[in-house]
Amino acid sequence: MVKEKWQEVSPGCMVFTPGNAREYHTGSWRAERPIWDNTKCIKCGICYIFCPEACIGQDADGYFMADLDYCKGCGICAQECWPGAIEMVEEG
Amino acid sequence: MAKRVGMEVGIAAAEAVGLCNIDVAAVYPITPQSHIAEHLSNIVADGRINAEFITVESEHSSISSLCGASATGARTYTATSSQGLMFMHELLPIVSAMRLPIVMGIANRAVSGPLSIWNDHSDIMPQRDSGWITMFAENGQEVVDMTIQSFKIAEHKDVMLPASVNIDGFQLTHMVEPIEFPTQKEVNKFLPDRKPFATLHPDKPITMGAFAMPDRFAEVMKAKDVAIVNSKKIILEVWKEWEKQFGRSYNPVETYKAKDADVLLVTMGSMGETAEIAIDELQKKGVSVGLVKIRLWRPFPTEELKAAVKGAKVLAVTDRAVSFGGVSGPVGMEVKSLFYHEKDRPLITNYIMGLGGRDVTVEDFIKMAEKAVEAEKKGITEEYEFYGVRG
Ligand code: SF4
Ligand code: SF4
Repeated sequence: MVKEKWQEVSPGCMVFTPGNAREYHTGSWRAERPIWDNTKCIKCGICYIFCPEACIGQDADGYFMADLDYCKGCGICAQECWPGAIEMVEEG
Repeated sequence: MAKRVGMEVGIAAAEAVGLCNIDVAAVYPITPQSHIAEHLSNIVADGRINAEFITVESEHSSISSLCGASATGARTYTATSSQGLMFMHELLPIVSAMRLPIVMGIANRAVSGPLSIWNDHSDIMPQRDSGWITMFAENGQEVVDMTIQSFKIAEHKDVMLPASVNIDGFQLTHMVEPIEFPTQKEVNKFLPDRKPFATLHPDKPITMGAFAMPDRFAEVMKAKDVAIVNSKKIILEVWKEWEKQFGRSYNPVETYKAKDADVLLVTMGSMGETAEIAIDELQKKGVSVGLVKIRLWRPFPTEELKAAVKGAKVLAVTDRAVSFGGVSGPVGMEVKSLFYHEKDRPLITNYIMGLGGRDVTVEDFIKMAEKAVEAEKKGITEEYEFYGVRG
């Protein structure tokens, strides 16, 4: 990440590159990662809807997984998955 | 030739805004600002200007809606007072951080409780650290002039900050005064269209008011502080331009018979004119006393104030607000801290007065000046005094 000096801060902190939040990897915050057990998953999509980072995607078979560049390990998916298909596992 | 008319100052403030080619106003009425709100909405409703008047449901909404409007490049105005200003408080630092040149008239009024609709400065003082250019008007003419000047200052490419014009509630807003209005043509010449640095537009998406991590926040704060400190240069330029075009001069600190005076009264706002009469009477009696009036509160005119009081032995700083449990009143603290490093610093007494609409008469200013003369001999026994409080 470029660390600007105060003289280089854009007036009003305006951001002129739309979508550049993508460059910031919230995955670096993660202490625990979600692990899916597809034998329990009923493909309801609740995890996908609740993920605050919108980083959960679907594989070719319709099962869900997180993009670990952005998954910050908040555990909301695991909390909301009512069939209990997601477990939060400590990062090693 | 400019027209001179007798007009209530609140109405005149709205008329001044009417000359400024604004795009959007969002004003929620509150005593003693209501006449500004009502009259400006009349000006828009009568089709005298081509602007949008948003009838918001609160002050939080008025400043919020202007935040959006200003971000699209619109010239915007609001006005409020007391509780309304307190309700806006959350947004004020955001507006300045986003560098949006919103102009606001503040009809200064005491903050509850107990409920009081009358004048003091307890509404603006809690906004001190919000990053707004803050100035005080002394009379109706200054309200009109400073309202027009404020748009030009706030929108300047080297400023891009919101600005407030403080107008003592009732004691100034409701006075009928002779006021000289510039013509529309003259104002157009002085105040060209706003040229925004950037605007919110779907064709060219940008982000305003984003988020900053701890590794960036301090740099953003430093940049904002430098911006408001540097705005003084532009304020001075705009005031010079105003003087050239309209013949009325404006300075961050004004003085009245202050040269070589041992004791200087320091005021801010409309009470300066009352204090002038006190100075006249005291000088007639041979008392060495003068008056210094702070017009620009933020950015604080450090050099100008130092220059204005050079050689004085005592400053009698008046405050119209209380910093409960603090070292002094807000203006008192500011002035004291300014002189701490000076070798030949004056003694500084601090009088908190005129709270919640309490009259401050010529006689009161004379008494305060006399107390300050006394302090010169006896030294200072307390950091501040509630002047004229019974008990
Ligand atoms: S842990 Fe949080 S961020 Fe990661 S996938 Fe689950 S909901 Fe999304
Ligand atoms: S919430 Fe649980 S069951 Fe539903 S799709 Fe996500 S992992 Fe599968």
